[in-house]
Amino acid sequence: MTATDQSHAPEERAAVPMLDVRDLRVNYRGGGRTVPAVRGVSFTLDRGQTLGVAGESGSGKSTMALSLLRLLPSSAQVTGQVLFEGEDLLTAKWARLRAVRWSAASVVFQGAMSALNPVRTIGEQICEPILLHDKVGQKTARARAAELLDSVGLPSRRLGSYPHEFSGGQRQRIMIAMALACRPDLIIADEPTTALDVMVQAQVLNLLGELVRESGIGVIMISHDLSVLSHMCERLAVMYAGQVAEIGPSKQLITEPRHPYTRALGRAFPTIGDPASRLAPAGLPGDPPTPSELAKLNESRGCAFEPRCPEATDACRTETVELWPSGPGREAACLRVLEGSGA
Amino acid sequence: MKPVLEVRDLMVTYPARRGAAPARAVDGVNLQVGQGEIVALVGESGCGKSTLARALVGLVKPTGGQVLSDGVPLGYSAAALKAYRRHTQLVLQDPGGALNPRQNVFDAVAEGPRLHGLTDRLGERVHTALAKAGLRPPEQFAGRFPHEMSGGQQQRVVIAGALALEPSVIVADEPVASLDASVRGEILKLILELRDSLGLSALVVSHDLGLAWNIADRVAVMYLGRIVETGTVEEVLLRPKHPYTRALLSVLPDSGEPPVLLTGEPPDPTSVPGGCRFHPRCPLRAAEQDSRCDGQDLPVLTGDPSASSLAACHLVQ
Ligand SMILES: Nc1ncnc2c1ncn2[C@@H]1O[C@H](COP(=O)(O)OP(=O)(O)OP(=O)(O)O)[C@@H](O)[C@H]1O
Ligand SMILES: Nc1ncnc2c1ncn2[C@@H]1O[C@H](COP(=O)(O)OP(=O)(O)O)[C@@H](O)[C@H]1O
Ligand code: SF4
Ligand code: SF4
Ligand SMILES: [Mg+2]
Ligand SMILES: [Mg+2]
Repeated sequence: MTATDQSHAPEERAAVPMLDVRDLRVNYRGGGRTVPAVRGVSFTLDRGQTLGVAGESGSGKSTMALSLLRLLPSSAQVTGQVLFEGEDLLTAKWARLRAVRWSAASVVFQGAMSALNPVRTIGEQICEPILLHDKVGQKTARARAAELLDSVGLPSRRLGSYPHEFSGGQRQRIMIAMALACRPDLIIADEPTTALDVMVQAQVLNLLGELVRESGIGVIMISHDLSVLSHMCERLAVMYAGQVAEIGPSKQLITEPRHPYTRALGRAFPTIGDPASRLAPAGLPGDPPTPSELAKLNESRGCAFEPRCPEATDACRTETVELWPSGPGREAACLRVLEGSGA
Repeated sequence: MKPVLEVRDLMVTYPARRGAAPARAVDGVNLQVGQGEIVALVGESGCGKSTLARALVGLVKPTGGQVLSDGVPLGYSAAALKAYRRHTQLVLQDPGGALNPRQNVFDAVAEGPRLHGLTDRLGERVHTALAKAGLRPPEQFAGRFPHEMSGGQQQRVVIAGALALEPSVIVADEPVASLDASVRGEILKLILELRDSLGLSALVVSHDLGLAWNIADRVAVMYLGRIVETGTVEEVLLRPKHPYTRALLSVLPDSGEPPVLLTGEPPDPTSVPGGCRFHPRCPLRAAEQDSRCDGQDLPVLTGDPSASSLAACHLVQ
């Protein structure tokens, strides 16, 4: 690969993935108890790659994403490694971390539309990180902001408008423009379209897709909507109870899921026209673990999905389950993938 | 078939806010729900779905047209409304907000029956409703408080509250929008089961077309206060006629077609465009340049349930 690589990156950089997350764990402490929200997550991501993270609410998606840039409250205790260009962000100095947050990796937060400052124009708000980080003059920053607004499909004459003058979808696009302000290599988007209508959602996703294709940034996109992710992202990680249940190429995870949870989640989003789902909604009995059930999981053996798993056997309650290879470039945390694999 | 619930030429106009024109949230709608039928009402945010749902259960008084229950026009005296609500129950979006955090499950479900003086064998009534809503065994749930239950269980409590009055029609506004994917399927299954076992009729409001495919017999697509297309689920979702329905379907991830992204301003009920109300955003009009699109008003769709599909458009019929 390296020999034919046309990029200008030095040799040794090409060998290191842009982002390499190893055994990430997050516990929230407080109220006399500890809630393990992320329980050992590992993955890598390169420039120009898109990773979708799916899972139900409380599965730890936001906690995982925010911990990458140490954006969690102080009640959160984070362990593991987050290697960004080979440098561990979990142990990096605050000044260094701040520099990374501005210029190298940025986050579009869940519910961020309300995070815009209501009394400042969006032009001022987009210019702020550019002025601070790029150390350019007002005029250059203004021009850059106009370009950015244009790139998210809003006329640059609206730089002087205030947030309340925009619709929800437009505000979400402004948030994306702000995330792009300092030309990051990585964007983490936490439920960027969840509160939006189908049409507006399609506009925002279309925009994100174009940005990835045109500028080669890496994207981690979080959503509870598996069907949206499978079309936006090359790879997909499905989280359950703070762990990755299955990870691999999106298309394969949808068409041939190996983990029973991925299978159930996939069926929950019907394809219009599919006779199998007509007048036949598919769900999964039971509920995802509550925070206190999560706390117990950490101390027990067996598969976290066992109480709801339609395919569970006795072994599922006693064996230790971890991610096992389940095909080329894929892994699944289910005892069943060991069957017939000779392991 | 006589409809159990019907609206004729329904209008709901909210009075003007300062400096603005009145909002024509529901602007001429005909819709029927037959015995044991599930009808889905879909459309984007702000198109008037919740307003129509609230008018159907008598929570909003129409500014024009009629709501009919079993063919009889709805009366708006307190007594008439009270009697009506035994028959037609509203299930609201966001179960967290619909339940009182200090009220346990028993009292939440018993609220309706108590209001209607149905206190004879109240315990039995409440437990039966809980069991019908899938909270089994009911004794195990009756004493719980909302925070001790998951979102899916809370939504079941809300549904049990509606079932406790043994209604024949349910109007459900986004009953699963705030629920997780796997739990959503379970609640939709419940609505189908209630139709099959109790013969319940339902109007289900949603912005999710997949929900219509999952549970509805017929679907009505709403845009800016009007139904722009209606018919059987198969006809409307597999062979959409109206350019708006087509655009909505094209942006679904699995559509297999190039997405038609609508541009232009989001629809605003305080200034409804003349001619066809969809014309400022319509891709077909842009291609065809027909003068009727912005020059000629469209009649309100009849909502005739025997038609396999009806579309309000000058160019497609
Ligand atoms: N009490 C009110 N006074 C004035 N305008 C209102 C009122 N309630 C709703 N509206 C307006 O009427 C229109 C329809 O609102 P409605 O709540 O019926 O929409 P909806 O289709 O249910 O939307 P959503 O999908 O977001 O729930 C909107 O433009 C809304 O702003
Ligand atoms: N600030 C916090 N303090 C304590 N617990 C939290 C906090 N944020 C999230 N949690 C808990 O951590 C778990 C994972 O939550 P989250 O990362 O928000 O999941 P998701 O984004 O997948 O919905 C849940 O059990 C949640 O209740
Ligand atoms: S390990 Fe067992 S319980 Fe867990 S997902 Fe696989 S079959 Fe189900
Ligand atoms: S009448 Fe004209 S503007 Fe309206 S939907 Fe049909 S083609 Fe579009
Ligand atoms: Mg989240
Ligand atoms: Mg609504």
